Amino acid sequence: MISLQYFLLLAAALFCIGIYGLVTSRNAIRVLMSIELLLNAVNLNLIAFANYLDPASIKGQVFGVFVITIAAAEAAVGLAIVLSIYRNRNTVDMEQFNLLKW
Amino acid sequence: MNLADGVQLVSFGVLAVMMLGTALGVVLLSSIVYSAFLLGGVFISISGLYILLNAGFVAAAQVLVYVGAVNVLILFGIMLVNKQEDFVPLKNVWLGRAATAAVCVGLFALLGAMILTTPWQVSLLPAAGDNATVIIGQHLFSDFLLPFELASVLLLIALIGAIVLARRDFLPDLDVDSIQRPALTLPERPRELAGVATTPGDSES
Repeated sequence: MISLQYFLLLAAALFCIGIYGLVTSRNAIRVLMSIELLLNAVNLNLIAFANYLDPASIKGQVFGVFVITIAAAEAAVGLAIVLSIYRNRNTVDMEQFNLLKW
Repeated sequence: MNLADGVQLVSFGVLAVMMLGTALGVVLLSSIVYSAFLLGGVFISISGLYILLNAGFVAAAQVLVYVGAVNVLILFGIMLVNKQEDFVPLKNVWLGRAATAAVCVGLFALLGAMILTTPWQVSLLPAAGDNATVIIGQHLFSDFLLPFELASVLLLIALIGAIVLARRDFLPDLDVDSIQRPALTLPERPRELAGVATTPGDSES
C-alpha cells in the first residue's frame, strides 16, 4: 500500500511547479494553464485525504467534484478575459498589461 | 510485498514521473501549443492517480471535464490569439526567475517538512471502492444539496459572463475616424472597432 505522504509530496511538487509558471511566464494563456496546475494539485490533495483519512464517507471526493466545476467556470471566464485584453491591447504579453501600474 | 502492492507502486511511479515531466514541460517549453498538449498529459496522469486512490467517479469527471472541455478550450484560446510575436527581452530576467525558483523550492521544502512530520491519523475503515459513486450521489443530494445548486447557478453565470466578455460586434464598413463622438467624452476607441482598426496610429492606444 502506498502511504499518504507520497501523494502529498507529489501534489506539493505540482503546486510549486504551478507557482513557478504562474510567476515567470509571459504568455497570458500559459498563466491560465499554470492556474489549472494549481487547482489540480489541490484536488489531488483532497482525493488523497478522502482515501486515507475518511474512506467511509468520502466527502473529499465531493469537494473534488466541486473544485473541478469551479475550475471549468474559471477557465471559461479567464479565456474570455484574455481574448478581451488581446483585442484591446493587441498582445498577450503579461509585461505589457501595465495599465494599472502606479 | 505481494503482487497487488507491487503493481500499485510501479503504476504510482510511472504516473508520478509522467505527471511531473509533463508539468515541467507545460511551464518550461517555449512553444505554447506543445504546452497545451502536455497539459492534457498532466490531466490524464492525475486521472490515473485518482484511480489509484479508489476514486473512479472523480477520475472519469477529470477526463471528461479537463481533457474534454478545459484543454480544448485552451487550445481554442491559443488559436484565437495566435499571434507570432517575439516578446521584448527584459533586463535581469534571470534574476526574477532565480528568485522565483528559490521561493518555489523553499515552499516545497516547507511543505515536505510539514507532510513528513505531521502524524496523520490514517483511518483503518475499508475503502468505499466501487461504491464511491453511490456515496457521492447521496452526499450531493442530502448534505451538499445547497452547494450543488449554487455550483449550477455559478456555471450559468460563468457561461453568460464568458459570452458577454468575449463577444465581438463586427462593424466592418465603418471607418474609425468618421464616428461622431458626443462632446465631453473620454477619447477612447469604441469597443466594437477594436478588432477592425489596424491603422498604425491605433496600436499604441
